[in-house]
Amino acid sequence: MSLLAVRGLDAFYGDFQALFGISLDIAARETVAVIGSNGSGKSTFLNAVAGVLPVTRSAIVLDGIAVGGQPAHEMVARGIVLVPEGRRIFPSLTVEENLLVGAYRAGSGRWNLGRVYELFPRLAARRRQPGVNLSGGEQQMLAIGRGLMANPRLLLIDEISLGLAPVVIKQLYEVLATVTAEGVTTIVVEQDVSQVLRIAHRVVCFRHGRLSLAGRPDELSRARIAAAYFGV
Amino acid sequence: MSEREQALTVRRTTPASRAGLAGAIVVLAVLVTLPVWGDPASMRRLVEFITLLVLAQMWNLLAGYAGLVSIGQQAYVGVGAYALIALADDVGIDPFLAVPLAGVIAAMIALPIAAVVFRFQGGYFAVGTWAVAEVLRLLVANTGALGRGTGRTLKAVFPLARESRELVTYFLALALGVAALIGVYAFLRSRFGLGLMAVRDSEAASETLGVDVFRTKLTVYLVTAFGTGASGSLIYLNLLRVSPDAAFSINWTAASIFIVVIGGLGSLEGPLIGAVVFFVLRELLADYGSWYMILLGGLAVGVMLAYPQGLWGLIAERWDIRVFPVQRRVWRA
Amino acid sequence: MGWIDTVVQGVLLGGLYALFATGLSLIFGVMRIVNLAHGDFSILAAFLAILLMDALALNPLLSLVLVVPVMALLGYGLQWHVLNQLLGRGLLPPVLVTFGLSIIIQNVLLETFSADSRRLNPGAIDTASLALGRGLAVGWFSLITLGVAVLVLVGLQLYISRTRGGRAFRAIADDRTTAALMGIDHRRLYATAMALSLGIVAIAGVFLGVRTTFTFSSGPDRLLFAFEAVIIGGLGSLWGTLLGGAILGVAQTVGAKLSPGWGVLTGHLVFLAVLLMRPQGLFAQPRRVDS
Repeated sequence: MSLLAVRGLDAFYGDFQALFGISLDIAARETVAVIGSNGSGKSTFLNAVAGVLPVTRSAIVLDGIAVGGQPAHEMVARGIVLVPEGRRIFPSLTVEENLLVGAYRAGSGRWNLGRVYELFPRLAARRRQPGVNLSGGEQQMLAIGRGLMANPRLLLIDEISLGLAPVVIKQLYEVLATVTAEGVTTIVVEQDVSQVLRIAHRVVCFRHGRLSLAGRPDELSRARIAAAYFGV
Repeated sequence: MSEREQALTVRRTTPASRAGLAGAIVVLAVLVTLPVWGDPASMRRLVEFITLLVLAQMWNLLAGYAGLVSIGQQAYVGVGAYALIALADDVGIDPFLAVPLAGVIAAMIALPIAAVVFRFQGGYFAVGTWAVAEVLRLLVANTGALGRGTGRTLKAVFPLARESRELVTYFLALALGVAALIGVYAFLRSRFGLGLMAVRDSEAASETLGVDVFRTKLTVYLVTAFGTGASGSLIYLNLLRVSPDAAFSINWTAASIFIVVIGGLGSLEGPLIGAVVFFVLRELLADYGSWYMILLGGLAVGVMLAYPQGLWGLIAERWDIRVFPVQRRVWRA
Repeated sequence: MGWIDTVVQGVLLGGLYALFATGLSLIFGVMRIVNLAHGDFSILAAFLAILLMDALALNPLLSLVLVVPVMALLGYGLQWHVLNQLLGRGLLPPVLVTFGLSIIIQNVLLETFSADSRRLNPGAIDTASLALGRGLAVGWFSLITLGVAVLVLVGLQLYISRTRGGRAFRAIADDRTTAALMGIDHRRLYATAMALSLGIVAIAGVFLGVRTTFTFSSGPDRLLFAFEAVIIGGLGSLWGTLLGGAILGVAQTVGAKLSPGWGVLTGHLVFLAVLLMRPQGLFAQPRRVDS
């Protein structure tokens, strides 16, 4: 049985429909890359799964239980954790406090402060500084670390490469590879297709709120991906 | 087959607004002739009604349109009242002329007050305005020339016969009421009013469009101070006896708030309906003292929770009526 | 000397004002709401204490054991059922609703307890005083008030800065949508903050009732003083609140000594002066810049 089963997911912003009947299965320990151009619905998809957007109950099934429509803070208790687009570090909290807040609703698990600092030594060095004093790349590390502190069963990561230099993005993906190698089930939404394909077991592509492609990276040629991405 | 484009026009008046205008003229005619067929008690009641309605309209302009929630408007009621006494008794100006002058004085005092309270936003702005009103109350209560805590009586009207005084007061109130209504209406329909409503909806956006947010808010604050001050002086022209605790009482603002919230915030028709409800309730519950206030408070809270658009808002939504149309609407010609 | 005594009294009074101010400042920091019925809730607590004292022959300070939890529960319910429903509708509704509540509370108290002035008699401690030498004496009760104020402030400060709950408060004050992604339900925390606020203001109300007479309409002045203490001290700083309260208290006592009717007014004028000359308050924490 898959860890996450998405069935006929529709999502709306007011009257505007952003997702049309998305169906997808995610197996445990899998890493799935979600790609697509701006406005294709990929971030909306993550928000819907995380409970930020209201959806019907049956649309999201976690471990066989229908959990669609639960608000975001409830989803965290169930183990679905979203690392949001734009980092969104808390300005009034230090690096360490940001991480600790991530563990607010923590289930038991392997991830704690020590392990996160092992993964991101730069964070340990700056643990008492205000979170927002960090550079963009470090803030992204902090955001990922904060997500891990909740010991997620399913980690959702939204656009980590935005506004970052290529060398920083490369570093981040190296760390992510370590995380996914440990078996954390992950869905990564990404603009930078080449980086994310390296760590993904599977890739799906969104276009205009619908799935336009799904498959393994080694099975898909560049041409097919471009076609799915741009609709050419 | 000839193609004809649907012509679209932008209009402001609607059938309902034309009916409303006709109705308003009829009501005005009735009120103007009231002294002929009515009794003095009704005239006094109407003066009370109109002055309270003007207070509420001012509060509505401030909060509903400019987004400035003040619980200190009673400061200007008090200023208006004491300005009346000072101008009429001490300076010797005709007391009826003193009413609009009191409004001007209130607006002048509003300028330094704005310098203070505009440093706040939102909830703290509200408390700030209240603090200022309290300062004024205490200053007046400690000033010998203004009668300290016991207050003063308006003596300048004593030479006049009671009937003439009440008559002129009545027409002054009518004039104030009509002026306030027309003034607010015209104000909102103007370019300035459009900017105001833009500010209410989004300060940031309106700034990028070139609306001077600060000046807009300041102008509204001064204008409403004028209206509140004039109304305050008229209230005490009617009552004749002023004291700091009465003139600067928060009950003036409480009544305005209840009227506007129950009638409907941010519309011209709302305060009218709210004032009627307020007065009817007051008459009905006159014997029950504080239960009246409890009911009113409960109503205001309940309306805010369940029907924030107020009574008029409910009516307008249901039947899409606007009696005093301020928006421009697109019609097919 | 008369003046030293006046200043000391002012500082002790400041302790009481700091208690009033803390609850107000807490919910503004977390929720950006100003509870216009804040003062009225403290008077409600004082009247509750009267009821308990009459019914159970309790000392007013002991009655706190019951009054505080009752008021805290009331605060939780108020936020959960009323104020939380107004979230996302702007600044106007909470101001209007709490204003309506203020009117309701005052009039219910009037109907229930009449307009008589009341006072809470704490027994012997009322007149007991501590001699500080040089002919200076301070009332034990005033000292206790200041002590309790400091305790509450320290406790709150520790809670906010060191505990899981305090971190959550700061997180939702920063960004409640992202805080939800950590599993934090802001509605519950808002209710907890309001419960804390009313619990603290209940203590303030009872202490006020011991110190001086009060009536159904004493609430609004408490709100004003609380507000002034917060502004003088500076937003965002709990210690600033204590100092702000002290400054306000001293202004009032000094003013009253100069001329009997001028106590409260002097406080207002000092408040206005601080506002005009240093609007961020005297001890404000610099607000961190958002990323």
